[in-house]
Amino acid sequence: MYKFSSKLRLFAIVCMVLGLIGLVFGFLSVPGTVEEANEILAAQEAHHSGGEAHHEDGAAHHEEGAEHHEEANFVDEVKGEPGYSERAMAGDKDMGHAAHEDGEHMEHVLHQMQTKPWSATFIAAFFFMMIALGTLVFYAIQNAAQAGWSPLLFRVMEGITAYLLPGSVIVLLVVIFAGEHFYPWMNHELVAEDEILQGKSGYLNFPFWLIRGIIYVAGWNLYRYFAVKNSRDLDTAEGLQPYKNIFKYSIYFLAFFIVTESTMAWDWFMSMTPHWYSTLFAWYIFASIIVSAVTVIAIVTVSLKAIGQLEFVNDSHLHDLAKFMFGFSVFWTYLWFGQFMLIWYANIPEEVTYFILRIQEYNPIFFGMLILNFVFPILILMNSDFKRVSWFVVIAGIIILVGHYIDIFLLVMPSTVGPYGSFGITELAALLFFLGLFIFTVGMGLSKVSLRPKNNPFLVESEHFHY
Amino acid sequence: MASGNVLHVLYNDDDVLMKAVKEIRAKKYRITEAYTPFPVHGLDKAMGLPHTRLAICSFIYGLIGLSVATLMMNFIMIEDWPRNIGGKPSFSYLQNMPAFVPIMFELTVFFAAHLMVITFYLRSKIWPFKKAENPDPRTTDDHFLLEVDAAGHDIDSLSKFLYETGASEISLIHNEEHA
Repeated sequence: MYKFSSKLRLFAIVCMVLGLIGLVFGFLSVPGTVEEANEILAAQEAHHSGGEAHHEDGAAHHEEGAEHHEEANFVDEVKGEPGYSERAMAGDKDMGHAAHEDGEHMEHVLHQMQTKPWSATFIAAFFFMMIALGTLVFYAIQNAAQAGWSPLLFRVMEGITAYLLPGSVIVLLVVIFAGEHFYPWMNHELVAEDEILQGKSGYLNFPFWLIRGIIYVAGWNLYRYFAVKNSRDLDTAEGLQPYKNIFKYSIYFLAFFIVTESTMAWDWFMSMTPHWYSTLFAWYIFASIIVSAVTVIAIVTVSLKAIGQLEFVNDSHLHDLAKFMFGFSVFWTYLWFGQFMLIWYANIPEEVTYFILRIQEYNPIFFGMLILNFVFPILILMNSDFKRVSWFVVIAGIIILVGHYIDIFLLVMPSTVGPYGSFGITELAALLFFLGLFIFTVGMGLSKVSLRPKNNPFLVESEHFHY
Repeated sequence: MASGNVLHVLYNDDDVLMKAVKEIRAKKYRITEAYTPFPVHGLDKAMGLPHTRLAICSFIYGLIGLSVATLMMNFIMIEDWPRNIGGKPSFSYLQNMPAFVPIMFELTVFFAAHLMVITFYLRSKIWPFKKAENPDPRTTDDHFLLEVDAAGHDIDSLSKFLYETGASEISLIHNEEHA
């Protein structure tokens, strides 16, 4: 029986309090008017032009917004002028040189700045929610596949999924209250003058979108509730009925999940840029979800074993988890590249805006993420012996988690705040708050029952599992 | 192949074989070879065989394949004749890299796989028309054979000990002094 240590509990609460303070600060410090936004831009400009030569045209900076761009890179050269991405973001239909009217442009900038704390909250909220959700999916897969190695880890997975209920409700609330900040199609004036959005309004309309969101969250949590309940029942059950129930529910859940995960990705992420679409998108987000989840399962397992709570878990279990981390990292990279390369190759204007914005405005982290999510895992976790060394797996795991935070950051920030995304106090605060909540909920979830399940028909095999 | 006398010890069951290997090694007798009809899990560990380095070879071959692909396409597409093909940016390798990645990937896999297999053939000395080195055809079907070095040991007591390990059949093989 694991006892949630008071130190860890205190740490989690401190994280939450600090995070909450930072978040409130973040929401209060957004500019309320165009003038304030102008001041912020001017201050940033003064700060930037200190050392960088290419900002010599400083004073005229916010007139056109083109100076945000670094020197042109390859997509930029193909696509033409700098400033393309921002005009594309602003929904400009004319991609020529016609400059914006200053007032209209600044209003747009103001809106993006006001969106930033919402984005920061959503990124962190979704990041931790997806860990719980991915763990639930992994748990369902292990049950449906009747895996022989993993039943000893089921309690760890059930503990991590304890975060799903608060996490998914918060994410749902964030997307609902962010509203127009995230989703341009919620703005009726915009839809009225936009034929593309009108064409999509059969799917992208608020009531239907809300109902879908509620169905996702309700469905996932229902499975979690019944699976965990039957898993607890199995400890004291005479027969195998609870086990059979879990098996059945897991299969239904996996079918439900694969549909809702796709639509969730469209609803909550892709509709931030409602003119853009990609078929691979939902799978790509799923890859992020599952690799982060397996990584967290491995890290929690290692930490619990280190304090002597999981004596029965051996290094072969760790080896298997590390193999999944390795495999899913490569899978994520495959989907990332599959999406990127197809769009880069064909270079169709309506598709390529998504990547131009990210490459122009977020270049270091856009490609740096590949090093964290692909190069490091593939080099660190390739060796069979390394996969059994717990601190090696933890280091690889932290790298992967940082990489996938950046991944979610890049899904949301460029789509919602355009070039004004950054990692500052608000983002850090959101991360801290949800980290605290995650540790707190998972710690409580783990401490409820014995970490060693009973009566699972594959338990003995799992105990003797060695590779 | 050990020169001099060896004992060919046959077993009927892989569990008995595993137990026998451990007992024989505990008595410090030398097992020169084991013949089994299928892979027996843990036999290499019980025999004390060193770990294979084939995976390391494969990794290096993969890197070679990656280099070949990169150098080849950099020369052909960028240095030798940088043409404008459908507007693809052939100014530097990095600019046009996404288009090259499928080839880089496939050549990495190709080199890693094929060179590793060839390495395996060479190290195991397998090739077409190679004369089979099988001391007893039954070992390809349902028997397990251990070849125990008898040089310097009393054949009778060794045989007695081997029978106690569960052997079903023992034969003494006189090898000619290397012909």
